[in-house]
Amino acid sequence: NAAWDAVVPEDQSVDKTTPFKDATSYNNFFEFGTDKSDPANRAGQLTTEPWTVMIDGEVNNPGKLSLEALMTPSRLEERIYRLRCVEAWSMVIPWLGIPLADVIRRADPTGEARYVRFETLVRPEEMPGQQSRFNLIDWPYVEGLRLDEAMHPLAFLAVGNYGRVLPNQNGAPLRLVVPWKYGFKSIKSIVRISLVRDQPLNSWQKIASSEYGFYANVNPNVDHPRWSQATERRLPNSLFNPNRMDTRMFNGYEEVASLYSGMDLRKHF
Amino acid sequence: MSSPRVLLLWRVLVFMAALSPLVYWSTQVALQQAGPEPGKYLLLGFGLCALVILLLTLSLTPLSKLTRWKGFTLIRRQLGLWAFFYALLHLSSYLVFILGLDFSVLLQDIARRPYVIVGMLALVGLLVMALTSNRWAMRRLGKRWKPLHKVVYLVLALVLLHFFWVVRADMTDWAGYALAAVALMSLRLPAISTRLPSLGKRLGLR
Repeated sequence: NAAWDAVVPEDQSVDKTTPFKDATSYNNFFEFGTDKSDPANRAGQLTTEPWTVMIDGEVNNPGKLSLEALMTPSRLEERIYRLRCVEAWSMVIPWLGIPLADVIRRADPTGEARYVRFETLVRPEEMPGQQSRFNLIDWPYVEGLRLDEAMHPLAFLAVGNYGRVLPNQNGAPLRLVVPWKYGFKSIKSIVRISLVRDQPLNSWQKIASSEYGFYANVNPNVDHPRWSQATERRLPNSLFNPNRMDTRMFNGYEEVASLYSGMDLRKHF
Repeated sequence: MSSPRVLLLWRVLVFMAALSPLVYWSTQVALQQAGPEPGKYLLLGFGLCALVILLLTLSLTPLSKLTRWKGFTLIRRQLGLWAFFYALLHLSSYLVFILGLDFSVLLQDIARRPYVIVGMLALVGLLVMALTSNRWAMRRLGKRWKPLHKVVYLVLALVLLHFFWVVRADMTDWAGYALAAVALMSLRLPAISTRLPSLGKRLGLR
């Protein structure tokens, strides 16, 4: 696995890689708390070995796979992706992992499979955010993709970033990275991947369906009800320079546009 | 406990305590320990600090009823002004650090984010109180001064609404502050507030 299929931003002078320290200390991972620094401070105790992933639903090869078994048949690749958070900040992060399509192909979806549903670990004793009584998220955290979205070559399962094993606060040991969608779609610490017939209800849509949809494609023309999505703050920034830049359709990954041809993206936000 | 020197020392200590968050956060930003978005760090810190000081200000009247200690009434104006000061820093952080003084974005934000309007209304309330927190204004307003400063209750409600609107998934922190606010308000119900002095006596506080 010495050969890399590196996917990098077309203009790296604009999309400079975010420093490791920032990408690993400023996270939304509500299983560990809602403050941006909570995941880095509290995720260290999460046990990520051994780790198994349940593959089930409309597949011919269901089963519980160890992380090693899940990863081994494919060659690790590096992808340097822009990450656009729905909160209007963004980073550029190098990931290590495999295309999601590899895993789905091996699971061998039946003709009934139309969506992929993902689930995060539930382990309150190691995830203090899950102990909170006033948390609106009904654990486990759930995300989903349409099958053709999941099969797109850009959809990625990461086990590492910055050339090393994924830090816990970034979703160790296995997380999704869907660079043309808002960050919350890129579910962390995955324990279950199910091929399903019906569109899954993702966690944020469940909490506030007027604010967060199923598709959650990065779209500068469709605002969040509480803030504009036309621009983003590229992090790190400094006090007197918010580093604001225009947000691009599909976060600049225009090659996914054909997945949505004919769809009203204002309705399917 | 009530000698002029003790009371002076107390006021100076309160002043320093109220100033210390600003000093601490500024140092963190200067040392690059405030994360990749220092403006947001200050914004959230200042906002939370304004709320905490506002709650502390509202605890002074019940505390002085309970203890009759002069020190509590003596710092009321100071704390109220500190709450206004941090609220002003909160708004300034938003305008300068987040918007980069791009006022076209401000107008969009105001139209879309009701909590911006609610926050600004709360700040106007604090401003009115800050401007009338001097002897001259108290003399001019006379009997109207007290009812005017009851606007603080409205400000507290607006601040909590502003905060509520920002929370996305975990209500724990907000619930804590809201509970403190409800407790402080219920201590103002006549049935309870008139009993505070005798309760203080029984507890040996006065």
